[in-house]
Formats: sequence, C-alpha cells, structure tokens
Amino acid sequence: MTGMDSLFLIFAVITLISAFLVVTTKNLFHAALWLIMTLFGVAAIYVLLNAFYLAVIQVIVYIGAIAILMIFAIMLTQRVMNPSGRIFNKNWIIAALLGAFMFIGLVIISMQTGASKTTLPQISGQLDTVSELGQALVSPNAYVIPFEVASVLLLAALIGAIFVSRKR
Amino acid sequence: MSDPINLIANWLQGLLLGLGLSVGLTKIILSFVGAVVVATIGMLTVIFLIWLERKIAGRIQDRLGPNRAGPYGLLQPFADVIKILTKEYTTPDGADVVVYNIAPIMAVASVLLIWAVIPFASTVVGTNLNVGVLYIMAVGAFGLLSILMAGLSSNNKFALLGAFRSVAQLISYEIPMVVSLLMPVIFARSMGLVDIVEAQMPWFIILSPLAALIFIIASMAEVNRAPFDLMEAESEIVAGFHIEYSGMKFGMFYVGEFLHVFTVGALVATLFLGGWRGPWAEQYPILGLIYFYIKTFVGYFIVAWVRLTVPRIRIDQMLDFNWKFLTPLSLVLLIITAVLDRVLVLVNSERWVYSLVMFLANILIIWATVEVLKKTTSKPKRKEFPMRPVAMAPETSTSTEPSS
Amino acid sequence: MIPTTYYIVLSALLFTIGALGVLIRRNAIIIFMAIELMLNAANLAFVAFTRMYGIIDGQVFVFFVMTVAAAEVAVGLALIVAIFRTKHNIDIDQLNNLKG
Repeated sequence: MTGMDSLFLIFAVITLISAFLVVTTKNLFHAALWLIMTLFGVAAIYVLLNAFYLAVIQVIVYIGAIAILMIFAIMLTQRVMNPSGRIFNKNWIIAALLGAFMFIGLVIISMQTGASKTTLPQISGQLDTVSELGQALVSPNAYVIPFEVASVLLLAALIGAIFVSRKR
Repeated sequence: MSDPINLIANWLQGLLLGLGLSVGLTKIILSFVGAVVVATIGMLTVIFLIWLERKIAGRIQDRLGPNRAGPYGLLQPFADVIKILTKEYTTPDGADVVVYNIAPIMAVASVLLIWAVIPFASTVVGTNLNVGVLYIMAVGAFGLLSILMAGLSSNNKFALLGAFRSVAQLISYEIPMVVSLLMPVIFARSMGLVDIVEAQMPWFIILSPLAALIFIIASMAEVNRAPFDLMEAESEIVAGFHIEYSGMKFGMFYVGEFLHVFTVGALVATLFLGGWRGPWAEQYPILGLIYFYIKTFVGYFIVAWVRLTVPRIRIDQMLDFNWKFLTPLSLVLLIITAVLDRVLVLVNSERWVYSLVMFLANILIIWATVEVLKKTTSKPKRKEFPMRPVAMAPETSTSTEPSS
Repeated sequence: MIPTTYYIVLSALLFTIGALGVLIRRNAIIIFMAIELMLNAANLAFVAFTRMYGIIDGQVFVFFVMTVAAAEVAVGLALIVAIFRTKHNIDIDQLNNLKG
C-alpha cells in the first residue's frame, strides 16, 4: 500500500459517497453541494492519473460554471429549499434491478478489455500532457475539425439558451 | 547568506532525516511547514494591509486615518482583531448550519490556495504547476462557491440578493480575465507561472499593456471591490452575502477580501511586472523576494486607489461594461496578439522587434477603441447653468443664524 | 501500483449511481445532476485508459465531453426555467402534456 494507492482509495470513497448523496438527498441545494464534492473527487483522481490539465478544467467548467448554474436554477425554480412529498417515483424497484444488472455488465465487459491484468505504467519525470493535448486538438490530421464543430456547438447553445429564456 | 529560505529548509530537512524519518515523510512534513509559513505570512500581511489601506483611504479623503493606537496608528488592526475575536457568534434561525459555517473557511482557503503556485523568488516557489494560470482560475471557482453558500444558507433575503448579484458578476468577469491571462501565456509559451516569470525580458506589461489593464479591471470585479462592490452595496442590500455573520466568521470574509486584493497584486506582479526579476535577483534570491513584494504592493496600491476614487456602478452598467466592452475588446486583443506572434516567429524577428511590434499593436488597439467609443457613444447633452457664487451675503433672514 | 481495473470499477459504480438517479428521481434538476454524474463516469474511464495505453486521444474525448456537457447545461437549465415559468413546477411526473 503506497501513498498513491491510499490517496486513490480516499478520493474514490469520497466520490462514491457524495455521488450517492446527490441522488438520495431531499434538499436540492445540498444535492448540488454534494455534486460539487463528487466532481472535485473526480478531478483529484484525474490528478492521480497525471491529467493535470483535465483536472483543472474539470474544476473550472464543472464546479465553476455548471454546478454554479445549477444552484442558480435551483434558486430560480424552487420557492422552498426543502420540497415536500415523495422524492422518488414509483418504479424504483425496477430501476434498482436495472442498475445492478448494468453495473455487473459494465464490469464484465471492462474485464475483457485487458484492463484487469495491466497496471498503469510508471511515468518517468513530468510528462507534458498539456502540449500533447494542445497539438492533438489543432493538428489537421487529428482533431481540428471536431474542435471547430465543438466551438460552433457552444455558440449554438449560447444562442439557444438566450432564445429560450428571454422575455416575450 | 544569499538564500536564507532554502538554507533554513535544508537545515530542517537535515534535522528531520537525522531523526530517522524516511525521505518521503520528510518531504511531506516540509511541504506542510512551507504551506503553514506561507499562510501565516499571508494572514500577517493582511493585518498590515488593513492599516495601510485605512491610511491610504484617509490621505485620499483628506483626513488622517487611524492614528490613536500606537505610533501612526499601527496597533489599530490588532485592537480590531481583539474586538472581533471577543464578539458573540450568532446563527440565524432556519439557517443551514453546516453550510453556513463552512462558507467563511472556504472564502479564505480559496485565496490562500493561489499562493501555492506563485514564485516568490528564483528559488522559492511552492510548486511549478504546468497549468498554473488555469489553476488560478480554478481556485477562484471556490471563492464564488463560498459566496453562494453564505448567501443561500443564511436564510435572509438580502444575503440571497447579494449572492444572486455575485453569481452574475463573477461568472461574467471570468471571461475577460481568462482571455487577458492568455496573453502572458502566448508570450511565455507556457502556462506555468515560473516559466512566465523567467520569460519576462522585457516585462509583459510593456508587451501588452492592454492585457494588464483588462486583467486588473476584471480582477477588481472578482474581488468585489468598488466600483464593483454592488453585491455588498450598503445602501441597497445592507451588507450582501455576509449580513448574518458575526464575530470571527465575518472576520474570515473580511480577511479573505483583503487577502484576495493582495493576491491580485501578486498576480499582476507575477504575470505582468516581472515577478521577482530585478537587478542581481538571480544571484541573491532574497533580493528577488523583496522586488516581488514591492511590485505586489504597487499592484495592491492601484486597486486601492481605484476603489477610493470611483463610485459604485449599477448592476446593468456592470453587465453592459463586461459583455459589450471588456469581452469583445479582450477577444480582439487575443486574436491580434496571436496572429502577430505567429508572423513574428515565422520571420524570426529579434526580441526587441517582437516587443516593439506588440507594444505598438496594443497602442493601436487602445487608440482605435477610444475612437470607436467617441463615435458611438451618445453623450447626454449637458445643460449649461450659469455660475453661481459659492456663498452669498445673507439678505435679511435671521433664521439662518446659529443659535447660541 | 493499482491496476486499471480499480479505476474502471469506480467509473462503473459512478455511472450506475447516475443512471439510478435519472430513473428514480422526480425533480428535473436532480436528473440533470445525475446525467452529469454519468458523463463524469465516462470521462473517468477515458482518462484511465489514456493513462494505460499512453496515447492522448482519450483526453481529447474528455475535452469534447466537457464541451457538450457545458452546452447541454446551458440549454437545459434555460428550458427548465422556462417550463417553471409556465407550469410553476419541474416535477417530471407532472410534465405529461405530450401524453395525449
């Protein structure tokens, strides 16, 4: 059990517990805060996987924008923070069964990829994934067209959001 | 004696290794010690800053500022700290207690985290993160979150309104801030703050004065300082998000704000004013530390100066200013800088040609912006009023005489 | 070192929790959050495989997933707020106008 392993376990437990609480908490604001905790745990695991850039982007985009927007929407849509009445709908037994099956299926499939035998390769020194990622995003024989399409998508989403929410 | 900080660190490391601890554990302990030292120095600086800002405010507003406790009023902040520590903690009815208590801690932590990546001198740096610039933005997200948590958990209308305003402001002003931060990244070809400081020959404020200006304006909005302090506008929503906090819990927000302003100064110094760079700074790292602090105080003074000079803006003006002026301007600057950079690198120009072209481009953009603004803004016509004397001789009235 | 499986199992668990959230919760915003959980689970698997095979493409995909998530939240929350304005409710069991 090295330091890295124990860090992984700590963050994995944090992520899973807070993810569970997102789904089960009654108070919407608390659910949003637990979501932020989950996203932060995932970002920490990115760091353990040496993806510093994605970890930071995860915090900026998910926590700094998406989660904050969700809290904003909660404030706008819910008069009271604690909604009364049932929080789950009727088909939770079927859903739980489906979820269990899905989990088992996912694990079985991932076992067949060879991931179970491979441990992560040791990394010598500071691997500069940032510049590698940047090169991949703008080089013509890699991902430049999806990159441009993504920017168009963002513009479309911007216009769409303004159109939907403006006053008529 | 040229590098006392690393001397102490090495001595401590030797001491811990001598006690029989493993190398890994020693590293962890040293990191903790370093973090505690940086945080403590930050907090102590804040105590000094509060005095300094009140003195500056006094001078600018033509009064003396604190001058009772100690020489030049230097002990005034200590008196304030003792007062705030002895106050009662109140928790409002219906508050979300856990969230309510976490929020002030996060407000301070989010600022202190930035100091982890700032290079204080050529040899004194927390971590050389290769995504340092983005890390600064990411940490800022937690500051926003703390405000939101404070506003929502206090069970108070005014706190909620303050939180609403803060979300609108901070999310908007993040955009020009990120874009202006990209200019040093382009010049240095790295997002690590250590690399950015080492690449500053000449300082980046000369290469891109406009980016520095946009960054300072956007950061002023990020730290909720006047003229952007409308989320805690006293005359409109009493105190904003921290209305229900008392004692040291309020003190945490207060400290967080002052520390954030100081951090903005440090960021301006690091990104645009050359960080620890200066004469003989590389031979004697302690000199670099001193240069860094001087530059930080220059940045801090600019923010304080603007705060004390400009009145608060309205919320629609705040949003208009960002979306219709600052964001387009920063995007134009980014495009022009990136294209020029590419061209200049292709023709393999000298460093001074590169700097000169960048500087001239910035001046040109500023000039064009001013011209466009002159053309498009319709000034409300000023009515001409005849000059009136300031004091008039009393005519026949006796009522204005002071009663004895 | 920990095998890649641990990361994959964590990802699968996170995905399952997210899917359960979508299936059983009634509030539209919570369903949104659960969708974010599922996207994050996929991202986690991508990053783990990137690290395992040592090629960058997985991280590029994560980048695009984040872009799509941001766009989705912007439009989706605008829709939710618009629905709330007209119906004063965002309980998805009540939003059955299209049922006929």
